[in-house]
Amino acid sequence: MADCNQTLNELFAFLDGELADDTRGMVLEHLMKCTDCQGAFEFHHELKAAVARKCSSDEMPAGLLAKIEACFGDELTTGLPDAD
Amino acid sequence: MADRQTFAASAMQYAPQLYNAALRMTRNRADAEDLVQEAYLRAYRSYATFEEGTNLRAWLFRILTNTFINSYRSKQRRPQETDLGDIEDLYLYRRIGQVNPAAVSAEDQLLDLFTDDEVKQALEDLPETFRLPVLLADVQEFSYKEIAQMLDIPIGTVMSRLHRGRKAMHKRLFDFAQQRGLILTPPPDTGEPADEANHG
Repeated sequence: MADCNQTLNELFAFLDGELADDTRGMVLEHLMKCTDCQGAFEFHHELKAAVARKCSSDEMPAGLLAKIEACFGDELTTGLPDAD
Repeated sequence: MADRQTFAASAMQYAPQLYNAALRMTRNRADAEDLVQEAYLRAYRSYATFEEGTNLRAWLFRILTNTFINSYRSKQRRPQETDLGDIEDLYLYRRIGQVNPAAVSAEDQLLDLFTDDEVKQALEDLPETFRLPVLLADVQEFSYKEIAQMLDIPIGTVMSRLHRGRKAMHKRLFDFAQQRGLILTPPPDTGEPADEANHG
């Protein structure tokens, strides 16, 4: 049975879905019994979701897609050799 | 082997994600546009080397990241790990309980108190060494293994940079909250609790 310190040490790896099954099981077991650690895990879960949402909200400039696809067309017609 | 003719149909759907990531990398719109365009052109040219059935999105992000690292990043010296200073674990969480209740009504709205611009700023203020792993993990949700491949560093290094980068980013968010008067009391000293209302 993991204690609070051991559990909190695994917080990021747990939220990132990177824990092995046995460690994940130990963390879950602790969280069922410890509301303090539960609070910390829930907070960071929400924080991660908020960061993902708020850092990917920019609209692409109009015309960027067309500009990129036009490059492909140029490559095809001019038949440039493959770059690596 | 992947066919160039099908490249646009398969790959262009990821352009909005790549553009947002490019913005966080370059921190300005003009460079972000150029970076995405260059990454797509490189991907298009080397599409024959893409193994069909593997993760196209991860492949495109690897090219974007490499293009940024090789062409766009500033020539400043490589930041050292110690540049972030030593920030305690759970920095923001330990302090956010002190948010002004007049400013935030319900707990589930706690994180909405940060504006999009503040969260973007907190990420963009990280030195690049830490910004790229945090961006790839927290915003784009790649695995440690995928990030290790993209940045060409060991998985253990990905984990330690993520850990330190996130702590620094969370501290920056706390600074924003404090600047806007959302925090009632100063943060506790590291030694003793500043206020103990309930003994026992």
